[in-house]
Amino acid sequence: MKKTANFTAKTKAIVKKHGGDRSALIAVLQDIQETFNYLPKEAMNTVSTMMGIPASRVYEVATFYNAFSLNPRGKHIVKICVGTACHVRGASAIQDKFEQKLLIKPGETNQDQQFTLELVNCVGACALGPVVVIDTEYHGQMTMNKVDKIINEINKEGAQQ
Amino acid sequence: MINMIIDGKNVTAPKDTMLLEAIRGAGISVPTLCAHESVSRSGACRLCVVEIKKGNRTRIVTSCLYGVEEGLIVNTKSDRVKNVRRLVMELLLARCPESDLLQKMAKEMGIEAQPRFTPDTDKGTCILCRSCVRVCEEVVGVSAIGLFARGSRKTVGTPFMEQSDACIGCGACVYVCPTNHIVMTSTGEKRKIWGRNFKMQACSKCGKFFAPVDQLKFISKKTGTSMEDLAVCTECR
Repeated sequence: MKKTANFTAKTKAIVKKHGGDRSALIAVLQDIQETFNYLPKEAMNTVSTMMGIPASRVYEVATFYNAFSLNPRGKHIVKICVGTACHVRGASAIQDKFEQKLLIKPGETNQDQQFTLELVNCVGACALGPVVVIDTEYHGQMTMNKVDKIINEINKEGAQQ
Repeated sequence: MINMIIDGKNVTAPKDTMLLEAIRGAGISVPTLCAHESVSRSGACRLCVVEIKKGNRTRIVTSCLYGVEEGLIVNTKSDRVKNVRRLVMELLLARCPESDLLQKMAKEMGIEAQPRFTPDTDKGTCILCRSCVRVCEEVVGVSAIGLFARGSRKTVGTPFMEQSDACIGCGACVYVCPTNHIVMTSTGEKRKIWGRNFKMQACSKCGKFFAPVDQLKFISKKTGTSMEDLAVCTECR
């Protein structure tokens, strides 16, 4: 119940910030995604009533763009490149290692909502392959050992905060 | 009036009409699925393609969306038109193999399903023409349904695929759907559409169930007519 109220209050603030014009819908949804890491149903309903856009139109936009997620996502998004160059350099082994380490499959979020695993087809850094992008940071020439190191470091940072 | 040559015949059509109307007005048949008198045109089904000639150039256009032009030379039966139409039909057949209407149309056009297009099994008979979404927004004015996701996963439905509060159960989407994809079941006092049950209003004079209560409430709110007046069916009014 408390969580729902939180979604609604924060969403209202975001809509107000953008002035409530129909054309600001994508910007509003982006900000909501930034705040909650995904688009909660309650937030989308609030957007619909506040901005006067039918819920079906809001849902159309939210499902059209891959950048929007309708399911809760972790604090950190791990994108493993499985493009041709990275694949040749052993991306599948790196993927297996991440799956074992985080106990999730691609597209899933781990239990403590810290990591979401995703596969991407090329991040345009083939010379660094195999590449893994965590949030906005690129990790090139990945190895099995590096996976442990990076995840442990992020966990440590999270514990300090 | 605008003068054109359609399939070698001189045809005149009023200004601001679409090619499709001009062609049909000349007694030439053009297959269509998504062109419906109640909704705006979208050119979604692409079966109405014709070849037009302006100067030395010819090109393929959707006749339902192309306005009439002075001196236009139109060909509705050229090999190029037939080729495009055949491919469109083959793809529609692969998408909706179970659609009786598409089967019938294909047969009339002498087109068979092609083994190179693997038939879909999960699409029902929806051709994604968006007519239902348009009628819900433009005519009914509630926008209860939409087309969600994109690419091969695109589907028609209500937000979150749940029962919609916005839907008034009017059935306009069913009426406008060319391939009968949308299912509405009526059993006297109840009507089910988009996964939601609607209570039907019985006529206060003849006692026949004639419209969903939610639809009458919507009309009452919009027009200011009282619910008592609306509780009489159109036949008894």
